[in-house]
Amino acid sequence: MLSVKDLKVYFYSDSRVARALDGVSYELRRGETVCLVGESGCGKTVSALTILRILPQPPGRIMDGKIFLDHQNLLDLDEDEMRKVRGRRIAMIFQEPMTSLNPVFSIGEQIGEAILVHEKVDQEEARKRCIQLLKDVGIPSPEERLKDYPHQLSGGQRQRVMIAMALACHPELVIADEPTTALDVTIQAQILNLFRELKRKREMSLLYITHDLGVVANIADRVYVMYAGVIAEQGEVRHIFHDPRHPYTQGLLASLPIRAKRGKALHSIPGTVPNPAFKPEGCPFHPRCPFAIERCRFEFPEMCDYGGGHLSRCPVLYGR
Amino acid sequence: MLSFIARSSIQKIITLFFVSVISFLVIHLAPGEPSQVDPLNPKFTPEMVERFRQQFHLDQPLYIQYAYFYRDLLTGKTASWKDNQPVLKKIWERFKNSLLLFVVGTVLTWTLSFPIGIRSAIFRGGVYDRSATFFSYLLISIPGFFFAYILIILVVSTLHVPVIDMETFGLGNTSWLRWLMDRVWHLLLPSVLGATGGIAVLSRYVRSQMMEVESQDYVRTARAKGVPEEQVHYKHALRNALLPFVTMFGLILPGLIGGSVIIESIFAWPGMGRMAYEAILARDYPIVLTVNFISAVLVLMGTFVSDVLYMVVDPRIRL
Amino acid sequence: MSAKEAERFLQPPGMEKPVASRESQWREFWRLLTKNRLAFVGLFIFVFFFLIALGGLILTSGTKPFFDPAVVRLEEKLRPPLSSPKSEILGSDRIPRLGLYLFGTDELGRDVFSRMLQGAWVSLTVGFVAVGIAVFIGILLGGISGYYGQNAVRADQMLVMIVWLLGIGLSVAGKAAVGILLLVGGSTLFIFSRGWKRNEGRREPSGWARVLWRKTISIDTLVMRFVDIMLCFPSFFLILTVVALLPASLYNIMVVIGLTSWMGTTRFVRAEFLSLREQDFVTAAHALGVSNWRIIFRHMIPNAIAPVLVSATIGIATAILTEAGLSFLGLGVPPPHATWGNILSDGKNFIFDAPWLTFIPGVAILIVVLSFNLFGEGLRDILNPRLRERS
Repeated sequence: MLSVKDLKVYFYSDSRVARALDGVSYELRRGETVCLVGESGCGKTVSALTILRILPQPPGRIMDGKIFLDHQNLLDLDEDEMRKVRGRRIAMIFQEPMTSLNPVFSIGEQIGEAILVHEKVDQEEARKRCIQLLKDVGIPSPEERLKDYPHQLSGGQRQRVMIAMALACHPELVIADEPTTALDVTIQAQILNLFRELKRKREMSLLYITHDLGVVANIADRVYVMYAGVIAEQGEVRHIFHDPRHPYTQGLLASLPIRAKRGKALHSIPGTVPNPAFKPEGCPFHPRCPFAIERCRFEFPEMCDYGGGHLSRCPVLYGR
Repeated sequence: MLSFIARSSIQKIITLFFVSVISFLVIHLAPGEPSQVDPLNPKFTPEMVERFRQQFHLDQPLYIQYAYFYRDLLTGKTASWKDNQPVLKKIWERFKNSLLLFVVGTVLTWTLSFPIGIRSAIFRGGVYDRSATFFSYLLISIPGFFFAYILIILVVSTLHVPVIDMETFGLGNTSWLRWLMDRVWHLLLPSVLGATGGIAVLSRYVRSQMMEVESQDYVRTARAKGVPEEQVHYKHALRNALLPFVTMFGLILPGLIGGSVIIESIFAWPGMGRMAYEAILARDYPIVLTVNFISAVLVLMGTFVSDVLYMVVDPRIRL
Repeated sequence: MSAKEAERFLQPPGMEKPVASRESQWREFWRLLTKNRLAFVGLFIFVFFFLIALGGLILTSGTKPFFDPAVVRLEEKLRPPLSSPKSEILGSDRIPRLGLYLFGTDELGRDVFSRMLQGAWVSLTVGFVAVGIAVFIGILLGGISGYYGQNAVRADQMLVMIVWLLGIGLSVAGKAAVGILLLVGGSTLFIFSRGWKRNEGRREPSGWARVLWRKTISIDTLVMRFVDIMLCFPSFFLILTVVALLPASLYNIMVVIGLTSWMGTTRFVRAEFLSLREQDFVTAAHALGVSNWRIIFRHMIPNAIAPVLVSATIGIATAILTEAGLSFLGLGVPPPHATWGNILSDGKNFIFDAPWLTFIPGVAILIVVLSFNLFGEGLRDILNPRLRERS
């Protein structure tokens, strides 16, 4: 249903170019939950913003690539057509619920706006739908809550409102950009359950961006692991967790505290994530990779197919 | 809300009291004698001086003078030392003239600054923004009276329109239309002058507020929802960006007295600023003190109004 | 730019390449400054102006100055710029130094160029001294209010402060004897009360002590009320009042402008301190046992200084304009000392016959004030951490 092909997005500043996305491809089928995993700065959010084309284009530039929504390249659409996609066919939920809602409008007005910009309904109908949406996302006594302002709500509640706003027009795809990172762990569990239930009831696809492998294990059907603007490994969730074939994925999984032996030092990947403006030549992970050979320093690796949709960008491990 | 009003009023009255004391002290502790009582002037015999001092309680200790003065002020009986006219009447005359200038200037400032600032912010870096920025800097850096003279020269030599004072002297009985045009021409230049500085500053501020708001997360959310671009700017961003300006609106009240001295001097506009200035030079203390008091009242009222407006407009404060 | 061309920006790979290049604070400041062209031009003009003012001061002071601004040549009045003197009439000692009147002469035949040179230093000093005073008071009051704000002032401390204020006020007003008496009395009270508190504090306070040690308002309220009171006075009006009532002199003007413009700085510093105080590095310093003074000076003020610097540079510009305005109204620096403001205002009477008398100082003031404003705005962009790049 959604297919991102070879997306290249660079950020230009006075002195340097940051290559945020260097040829990223991923896809979602209808009804799937796909997780985009990676550390901060690897480009996951940039790719999401590019799908909706709300990336600030003066510093950013889409250099290359295609984004297909059901055979329509979104990058070819003009602004008016794109606007019809945003919120109606693809909706996005952001990371920071504390600042993502407009403080001077009530939540009823904001959710209502999500409906009214796309569909010709009257105020009363919109109001009824808002109440239903709030019920769906688990906010108690929704009729009274409509008049509330964002600052009167807790973080978890605000995020539920964001979800309600995103679902207002029954989108086919919901992109969730680390929706629970800023929330407590207990709220995180609630929100995840909410997502699962909503997906089931509404048959929508979910692109869930996160850096938390626990969340991935919980809800993902398929996983794409990103590193430094490229996809390092992709596959079904059981393949990724039980049979990781890229050194980075292996390092991530090994770093989980639950994998560590009590009393021994935790495993960590040496080095740090490269600055998007100063990426190493060859394989972007090679400076930190325990399996790196001479070839890794010069040759940018292609994807290696392990079958069943499991691909990994490491020829070295493929050979073993 | 009511408790806020009550508390705020009491605080302001206390502040007003202190202001009155300080301004009184500043005037009276400064060296120099009030106008009419000029010891070097041979017309004033010592007896006259003594009588004058008694009449104006100048021989009493300071706190008694203070009491007398403010009693007279609050009952409207203060008299100017220069010509014994009641102060409030004199001030009222000039006030009406200043008000006219002030209102026109303020309207010009506020109606022009917002479109300029908003447009500069939305099309940040473009030609419009850069030229608006350039002119803003120019206008805030130019000395006021220098600019005034340039404008006067330009207008007078190219358009041959008289601009000094409120209306052309000796216009006589002409049709009301010509009278109106005359008044407008006289009014135009000083208010434009007063407005240009204001526009320069305010539009920059509008611009920076707008830019700050545009970079907020909720603007991004609105766009992601599919809200049309104009609504993103004018409904979501502007509403937030305007918040501080609503409060500023209350604070323009004190501007009534403030910076018009120079403009009024250049254009010979009979306004309150000039009257106050002449009173200072002539050491006509009652007028100076009264103007000061009125200004303090305006400032306090202005802050009060802006506090209330802020509470009304920002839902975060209300509760 | 295509992807291929963009790749030229790629740095050569290296295993140990650090994520952020290490630059000292000054270097980074300089780099940002040179990138912001407006600010750089502003700074450049300011340095230029500073050199001219300094040079002007040297060249026009003393009994036989190099450029003499005070030589009156009534025969040569109102001569246009770049005109030559009629040397037959003038004696050799009254011929302008450069052989011609670079900026023309004024209504008394004085060389405008020399007067501008002399006035440059005055304008500079007015700006810096006035703003220096304002910033000093602002940081002092704002810092105290922001840091100690929640502490309440005790009744006996209040009493001491009132006595001191009265003492200062009366001394200034001329009743020096009573004033000094009050000051001495207040100081003894102060020392006495400190000692008393330290001793009494051990035991249950007596009735007297309980009354005198009652908390009155907090320091923050005290300072902010004072700021509110000062804000009630329309500033230009207040300056006018004081300048008109005091004997006219350069120092009076500078001090008065300074004493009436510290309110903004105080507010900024207080706001910054209020937010900085809650930050972890202050708590950490406290926990390490660093004294309050050191925390304020060494840790908090450098962080709070950004808005102060910006408002200071813009304040210098405003002070220069204010001085010009005062001169225009006749309340500026007394003649014959030249300031750009009074050259401009003297020239207003001859605006049609000798426009250069208005234009030259006007444009000069415009350029200098503009450069300060540009520099100030550029400084604001540079010091704004949000706009700074990740290097």
